[in-house]
Amino acid sequence: MVGPLDKDSWLGASGKDWDIVLSSRVRLARNVAGVPFVGMASDPDRNEVVGMVRRIPMFAGHDADLMWLEMENMGDRDRRMLVERHLISHQFADATFPRGVAISKDERLSVMVNEEDHLRIQTLAPGLALREAFQRVSEVRDEFESSIEFAFSPRWGFLTACPTNVGCGIRFSVMLHLPALRITEELGRVRQAAKDLDLAVRGYHGEGSESIGDFFQISNQITLGTSEEELLEEFLGSVVPQLVEYERHARSVLQEKKRMMLEDFVHRAHGTLLSARLLGIDEAIKLLSRLRIGRALGVVDSPDLAVIHRLLLNVQPAHLCALSGTTMEENDDSLSARAEMVRSALG
Amino acid sequence: MEHKCDRCEKPAQVHEVRIKNGKKQEIHLCPECAAAEGYGSTGGPMAQQFAKAIPVPPQSQKRRSTSCPTCGLSIAKFRHHGVLGCPNCYQAFEKHLEPLIARAQGGASHHSGHIPERQEGHMDRQLQRSKLLKQLNEAIAAEQYERAAEIRDSLQGLGGSMLGGEE
Repeated sequence: MVGPLDKDSWLGASGKDWDIVLSSRVRLARNVAGVPFVGMASDPDRNEVVGMVRRIPMFAGHDADLMWLEMENMGDRDRRMLVERHLISHQFADATFPRGVAISKDERLSVMVNEEDHLRIQTLAPGLALREAFQRVSEVRDEFESSIEFAFSPRWGFLTACPTNVGCGIRFSVMLHLPALRITEELGRVRQAAKDLDLAVRGYHGEGSESIGDFFQISNQITLGTSEEELLEEFLGSVVPQLVEYERHARSVLQEKKRMMLEDFVHRAHGTLLSARLLGIDEAIKLLSRLRIGRALGVVDSPDLAVIHRLLLNVQPAHLCALSGTTMEENDDSLSARAEMVRSALG
Repeated sequence: MEHKCDRCEKPAQVHEVRIKNGKKQEIHLCPECAAAEGYGSTGGPMAQQFAKAIPVPPQSQKRRSTSCPTCGLSIAKFRHHGVLGCPNCYQAFEKHLEPLIARAQGGASHHSGHIPERQEGHMDRQLQRSKLLKQLNEAIAAEQYERAAEIRDSLQGLGGSMLGGEE
């Protein structure tokens, strides 16, 4: 069973630009040379890849910090919990063939084996901490390279199942909280910047998901013709600062020119969260998002951002189910349990 | 020899030879009269009809049904799902992938990032592993378990082995 979130998890409220950047993520896609990609592989092939990973010392169970989870043996709720924690993808949770994931105790490292590619190595960190996340992912990559030969071509770089990931096979991303840009109706600036800079803009749960509560995942799309370090420097040096600056400017406009409006919607959100008896998932995240900007701008003095972050996770269906004993369906029982959990955490 | 239009004696540009009941009939028309008779001009609907009528030569058919020789994925299936079948698909479908990758990657066409460290003797080890794996299967089939255990130990000794199966 998936346990409670570690206190050192990436979902803390720290790091540079923590008020706008929730978390940083670096993901590497790799495939084993000479083995068909996961979609075309047979189950023995997939098992072989799992076996290769498990023979690497750090994944063989000797490292107390790393936990290995076989997905076939895991229940639906636990798989959903891992998705909600951004440790595995929906696609990986729903697959039915041999696959597994290694997760570090602090959940800052996860390695999916047999997702779309044989390996998806991911590191997470709170706030804007891409350099640290990249350092960690590079160390894990080196561990793999000393044991496994990856599919690589001098021209195309690391060969991936989807040809748009070819080259470095790396994805830098940040989860941004942009409520002020929504209120001032300037989200178009983010979309334009994303278009100009070849960035992908996704919702809270990554690919294919909608933005809920004005949380946006921004990531690079270019992975070929440039080095990992160049991509990182561009992302850290210009992309993220530009987007953060847009939101900061919108927040200052709200504070200076629309202070009453800002206070009104933050307090309304806080009041609803403190008194609601039935709370749906989308409404909960939307209200927590408003409370978060209120806390970041000092409109309210409590709760701590870490409490809000934990609630953002715990109000989601699988976590709510694990904590309250409800089903994962949205019904009166789960709506009531969610409202009660929020009241209790904020009260 | 330059023909005149059968209708108006202008220089003919559309020529047709019909054979009906063993008799040959030649038609020569200027562009205007040809249009009036329902013949299209070059590059127009007639050319398209012509193109459609051309039987697809075996070479073109072969190109259209290109599959990866390693994993068997067809280009049609790749176009449908957007996902390749194996590393060798990059070679098999190179001409199809080049424009696709260039479009997705801002025109880039060559890797310039991290290169994995050359693993000395890696290919040799892979060959050796394949041989040992085959011998292992033979030993198991012949119920020679002591020998199978020896082969398994040798495989493990190669590091990063490809025993297959679950641990």
